[in-house]
Formats: sequence, structure tokens, C-alpha cells
Amino acid sequence: MNSRTLASILKYSFMYLFLIVFLTPFLLIIMNSFKKTQQFVDNPLSWPERFRFGNYADAYENMDFLHGFMNSLIITVSAVFLILIFSSMTGYLFVRFKWKLNAVLFFLMLASMALPFQVLMIPLVMLYGNADLLNMKSSLVFMYLGFGVPFGVFTFHGFIKGVPYELEESAFLEGSSRPRIFFQIVLPLLKPVFVTLIVLDVLWIWNDYLLPSLVLLSPDQKTLPLSTYNFFSSYSVDYSPLMAGLIMTVIPVLVLYLFLQKQIIKGITDGALK
Amino acid sequence: MKKSGFYRNAGTFLLFGGPSLLAFAAVVVVPFLVGLYLTFTNWDVRTADHSVVGFANYLHVFKDHVFLEQLWFTLKYVFFTVLIANAAAFFVALGLTRGGKGEKWLRTGFFTPNLIGGIVLGYLWQTLFSQVLPYLGNKYGWPLFEKSWLTDTNTAFWALIIATAWQLVGYLMMIYIAGFSGVPQDVLEASAIDGAGRFAVIRRIVLPLSVPAIVICVFISLSRSFLTYDINLALTKGGPFNSTELATYHIVQKAFLSDQYGIGQAEAVVLFAVVAIIALTQSYLLKKLEVES
Repeated sequence: MNSRTLASILKYSFMYLFLIVFLTPFLLIIMNSFKKTQQFVDNPLSWPERFRFGNYADAYENMDFLHGFMNSLIITVSAVFLILIFSSMTGYLFVRFKWKLNAVLFFLMLASMALPFQVLMIPLVMLYGNADLLNMKSSLVFMYLGFGVPFGVFTFHGFIKGVPYELEESAFLEGSSRPRIFFQIVLPLLKPVFVTLIVLDVLWIWNDYLLPSLVLLSPDQKTLPLSTYNFFSSYSVDYSPLMAGLIMTVIPVLVLYLFLQKQIIKGITDGALK
Repeated sequence: MKKSGFYRNAGTFLLFGGPSLLAFAAVVVVPFLVGLYLTFTNWDVRTADHSVVGFANYLHVFKDHVFLEQLWFTLKYVFFTVLIANAAAFFVALGLTRGGKGEKWLRTGFFTPNLIGGIVLGYLWQTLFSQVLPYLGNKYGWPLFEKSWLTDTNTAFWALIIATAWQLVGYLMMIYIAGFSGVPQDVLEASAIDGAGRFAVIRRIVLPLSVPAIVICVFISLSRSFLTYDINLALTKGGPFNSTELATYHIVQKAFLSDQYGIGQAEAVVLFAVVAIIALTQSYLLKKLEVES
């Protein structure tokens, strides 16, 4: 064994050791979510005597987990679907029709991406509150559409620019309509962009707390991050069910990550580098 | 003929652009404009009565010691978060540039905290800081951990930084790894393992070549940590005694608990201006570094 391989083994052992330390917070919470609260308080580092799933049942019931999960699922799926369809269509419009109006609108969208949510939230709540449109899942989905469209259009625009027009030309000469050309010829080519955007938008909407906390006020509308918040505010001393609740909130995304880790990492890095 | 062409174009525009432009206008453009107007009025939520008050709200913001202190607190928090998260991400990335099978697992592992939302992440660290660390501190007699970090302003400040940086590290690491693609592989190896001359290699070769990645990473970590809310709410809830309220937390309280929309919005605009100025200045300064080296 030469010194180079030895050094490399040392390096990787060190990196793995560091990773374990790095993930200790997470692992500790998982381990303790199987213990009784008293055992956790007595010694948070002890291995559970036996794995109690009672905490999970407890959290499931008291968080109203299923309800929150379904709300989050409905909102995330419909918002992401609408963002993808409409921003791909608009991206196509901006690339293929070089009108002045389109250039101005595209510029507006790009500029708006610099605006943080903080600058918009107060007038947003005020306007939609006055119009009596708060406390509805559909309003929240519509808001996600509005916030998600600029980045979606920007990403699709960049990709469609590189798609040669010849592909559509022959279909156009044969008399196909625009929508047909778009859905049959262009849309299938956009798959890589779809994956990137799905990843970014799902993580954003699924985990978002501030916007739904301002829009969804009644308990039956709550998404998972809101249920987690309520659960912690009202349960604050009984730690074990709380930890189980945290793990349960993370599991859906974690499962997605196991299947799609390559796409998720690529999607997030691509999103940052643009 | 020309007329029908116009109608067809208008139809295409409405079909392809209509829905997204409607949502964009109703959610971003109109609220932005109304928001600017709002900062010049004394809007009352209950009666919806208002009159134009000029720059009174902005004056109020700049005279409000509580807000200015919290802005300063936010600046300090951002500074250390950006510094720690980027330094850690840079060195982790240096160790993971070859991209083999084993490295894939390491990258995946370091990235995991990014899947967790701010609320869950905040409560996870709250449990650690308020229960696990004090247990260790008392058992082994480490004075640093004997009391919960969240009961003291100073230590709660660092708790916020640690929790935020923990999430950012894996994300920034990915960007640094992508940015290292312009650096020769053997240089990277040397800077990751060799003892002698290691830091000289990093300083003279790796750092200058990765300036573009550094610019992106500092920009991202800066704007993200400036706008932190969820972690703040879940980890410290602004406490003890409102001493760890970051800017966004303060704005949310001002607007939605004290019902002062005009002042809250003026604070949000000031925060946005501060973030924009700092983010653009850092990009400009760091990019200059790239040209010189």
C-alpha cells in the first residue's frame, strides 16, 4: 500500500466520521422518538430499551397528521402542476413570439425574482383579506402559482431557446394549431426542466410555513408545517411524541429523496447556478 | 387578413400567457405597488380608513430603536452564518471532489438537512439545545452547556447561527463542488490531503479559481439568512425577552399582531434595501478579486 492510498483511506474515514457527527442531531431525535419522555429526560443518549411506536400513534392523533398531510399534498400537487403547465406555455410564448410586449413582460418577471416575500406579504394579506379570499386552499394555490411563475418561465425560456424551430415548422405547415404543436412536439422535450422544477417547487411548497400561516387560518385547512407548529406550541413538555411528530413530518420528503436523490441534488444545484 | 392575424396573435397570447400573467400580476405586481403606496399611509386594519402621511412611516422606522437594534442583531447573525456556513462547505467540498461511489453517499448525507423545512429544523435544534446539551453539561460538568442555550441572549444568538448554518452547509457544498470543476484534479487532491504546503495551495490556486462559486455561495447564503423566519420562530420564538427577534420576525409581529401595516411595510422595504445593497456590494467586490488574481 503506497502512501497515497493510505492518505485517501484516512481522508475518507475522517469524512465519514465527520458526517456522523454532522447528522448526530437528526439521529438523536430518531432514537429518542422511540423512548418514553421520562427515559429521554433521564438520559437522552441511552439506547431505547424497546422500540415503542406509541409516540408515533400519539403524534399522529394529536397532530391530526392525516388531515395536515392531505392538505399539504393537495396544495403542493395542484400548485406544482399549475406552475409547470402555465410557465412552460408562457416560456414558449416568450421565445417564439418576439413582440415588444413579451420582452417587457419577461423583463418584469426577471426583475421580480429579486423581491423577497417579506416585501409582498403585508399588502398580499391585506388585499386578499379585504376581498374575503383568505382561508381557502385555492387562494393559497393561486398565490403559489403567482410566486412560482417567474422562475418557471425563466427556466423554460432558457431551455426552449435551444430547441430548433425546424421541429415545429413542418407541423405548422401541415396546418397544426399552436396549442397542438406545443403539447405534442415541444412539451415532451422539456422533461429535464420539469424534473428540476418539480424538485425545487415541491421542496419549497411542502416545507413553506410563513405564507400558509398568514393565509390559512382555520384548523381544518392547516398544512403539515402548521400542524407541527401547533403541536409544539400546545404540547411543549411531552417530548417523545413531539420528536415522533417531527420525524413523521420529514418522512415523506425523505422517502422522495431516497428515490430521486440524483435528480434532487442536480435540480437544486442547477437552480442555484442559474 | 391583417386583422385576423392580430386576433390570432391575441388569442395565442391569452392562451399561452393569460393564466400565468394573471397570477403574476395579482400576486406579485399589484401587491408590490400597493405595498409601496402603503408605506406612505397610516392604514388602519379595522376601519380600512387611511390618509397619506408622506415619509412619516420611514422616519418612524429610522427612529425606532427596537427595530434598529434588531436590524443590527440580524446583520451580526447574517455575518457569522455566512462565514461559518461557507467555510465549512468549502472544506467539506474540498474533500469530496473525486465523485466516486463512496463520495456519493457522503454528499447525499451532508445534503440531508436541506430537505427539512425551517419549522421542523428549528424544533429539532430546540430539543437539542434545551434538553440534550444541558444533560451532557450537567453530567460531565461542562459549564458551557449546563444551562439551556436558549435562555440567554448571547448563546441563543449562536444557537440560531448553528441551526441555520447546519442546513446551509450541504447546499453550498454542492455549489462549491460544481465550481471546483475548473481546478485541476491533482491540485485538489493535494489541497485535501497533503500536510505540508496544503494551505498555500488552497490560498494561491484553489481559492482564486473558485471565486465565481464563492460569489454565488455568499450571495445565496446572505440573502437566505437575511430573510430567516421559520427557524427563528421555532428555535427561540424571539426570546428570551424578545432579544433574538430577527428582522422578518419583527415585521410579522408589527404587521399582524400590532396591526401596523404601514410601518410594517416600511420596515420590509428598508430590510429589502439593506439586503440588496449588501448582496450587490459583495458580488461587486468579490468579482473584482477574480480579475486581479
